[in-house]
Amino acid sequence: MKEIRLHGRGGQGVVKASHIIVKASVANGKSGQFIPFFGVERKGSPVFGYLRVSDTPIRRKTQIYYPDILVIFDDTLIDLPSTYEGLKEGGTVIINSSKPVEELKIPKHAGQIAIVNATAIALDLLGREIPNTAMIGAIVKVTGIDYKESLFDEIEKTFGSNNKEAAERAYNEVRCIGKEC
Amino acid sequence: MGKIKALTGNTAATVGAALSRPDLIAAYPITPQSSVAEGLSDLVHDGQLDSNLVQVESEHSAMSVVQGAAAVGGRVFTATSAQGLALMYEPYFRMSTLRFPMVMALATREMTSPETIWSGQQDAISVREAGWIQFFCDSNQEVLDMIIQGYMISEHPDVLIPVNVCYDGFYSSHLIEGVDVPSQEEVDAFLPAPTFNHAVLDPRTPMALDPMTPGNILMKYRKSHLDAMEKAIDVIDEIDKKFEKQFGRSYGGCISEYCCEDADVIIVTIAGMTGAGMDAVDLARKNGIRAGLLKVRAIRPFPAKKIAAALKGKKAFAVIDRSVSFGWSEGPVHMEIKAAIADTDEKYMHMSVIGGLGGADISVDDMYDCITYLDRCKNEPGEHETRWLMKD
Repeated sequence: MKEIRLHGRGGQGVVKASHIIVKASVANGKSGQFIPFFGVERKGSPVFGYLRVSDTPIRRKTQIYYPDILVIFDDTLIDLPSTYEGLKEGGTVIINSSKPVEELKIPKHAGQIAIVNATAIALDLLGREIPNTAMIGAIVKVTGIDYKESLFDEIEKTFGSNNKEAAERAYNEVRCIGKEC
Repeated sequence: MGKIKALTGNTAATVGAALSRPDLIAAYPITPQSSVAEGLSDLVHDGQLDSNLVQVESEHSAMSVVQGAAAVGGRVFTATSAQGLALMYEPYFRMSTLRFPMVMALATREMTSPETIWSGQQDAISVREAGWIQFFCDSNQEVLDMIIQGYMISEHPDVLIPVNVCYDGFYSSHLIEGVDVPSQEEVDAFLPAPTFNHAVLDPRTPMALDPMTPGNILMKYRKSHLDAMEKAIDVIDEIDKKFEKQFGRSYGGCISEYCCEDADVIIVTIAGMTGAGMDAVDLARKNGIRAGLLKVRAIRPFPAKKIAAALKGKKAFAVIDRSVSFGWSEGPVHMEIKAAIADTDEKYMHMSVIGGLGGADISVDDMYDCITYLDRCKNEPGEHETRWLMKD
């Protein structure tokens, strides 16, 4: 089981992206689970989400304290102490940023860092600052999810071909540091 | 086998209700249940569900409307949470004491104050003396399945009691996971259309419904209601087996046990905390602790004898409650389990654990800490101090 914690801001599509991943994992005979963490819902406020994917049934329905993978939709969240908290030794950080890695305050024990400018891709292809489908592309590349085609088809079905293209572009453009992806 | 789909707990409730072919639905949106009311409304609007959907202006009206429809022999459905349930209380109590069958989904939520919209079971637990059967579900699959089973239990001639299908607000209502969705044909083969004859409003054969009733007759109704609750324990088991035969899934009836057989210490769970408890039991077993888990699926009727039998021979147990009993300094399910074991000769070390109020999480670590505490103290019988799962 891989435990993935997502950090974003209200309106960036954290929940929708996670639902697409769970749908595709279930459609491919795997187990997937996502729990949104609801604060006081308003656009721009920090939001969390807890995503699990596994080859075997997932039983726990809890928050994620020791993520294997952190997915950060917005690099202004890195100053919140809760963002990097609990990342497993050798864990992965996937972050939407245009900044150089030195400025991202990534914990030293991270084993793999993946940076993608998902906001730029979204602005270019969708004309809106919603980075979620591009982030799915980066997640697929880094985690090696083996049902990429059906997942990307699910993106197209839900959000249209521009969003599928955003995912494809992020898949190709994501830069990995530490460990290849 | 049906088709596996990714569904939230609320969508699973929606689909389960729709597959049960209710004649009438009336529900008022309230967090975290709202998407059940919305989902059913969509299905009726899109022509995928042939049911009368009544728009109401409150939960009190929702329950009153479904009550009227149940009185004329209809199969009905509603859903609510917390403050909505509180507003519904008057017709809620009347529904069970009129002995009308129905199923109501309850996405459990903390009661205010302090102001909150998040998870907790105080709403459902607080109305456990209102005469309804109450199931608590752990997975979205169980939510869907128990709505279908709920109608069969509720409409059983020996039961005739409405059923609450409870599941954790947010931690289940908004959690998405794979659910095996049965086909309409499969559900139709399992669940026949309702036939009620104990109270039907029909102008051709007039009958008085619920006239003023003196105490000596009222007590007969109460006793008959309690007797039906008692019978429901067997009916629940029987329908679980029938369901397994048709759909291949069994939940064990009123309780379900995990690794209990050779266990020294047991954690008792209700609803969505169960999975984390099982993961903690596995971890404890790996570390040499003989731990087990007992999931209480029905709070009403309370399966006291089954619980006492499951705990027999164990050294220690902890009951984890997502609600409190004001006045007892402990959780309500712990309190009831103490009553269930009162007449046995067993001398347990036991404690109440309270956690997960107001949306707080109950983690695998929390469960594991309870297990290690039980293991350390298992030879010190008696009630230990209530443990609160509070973070700094």
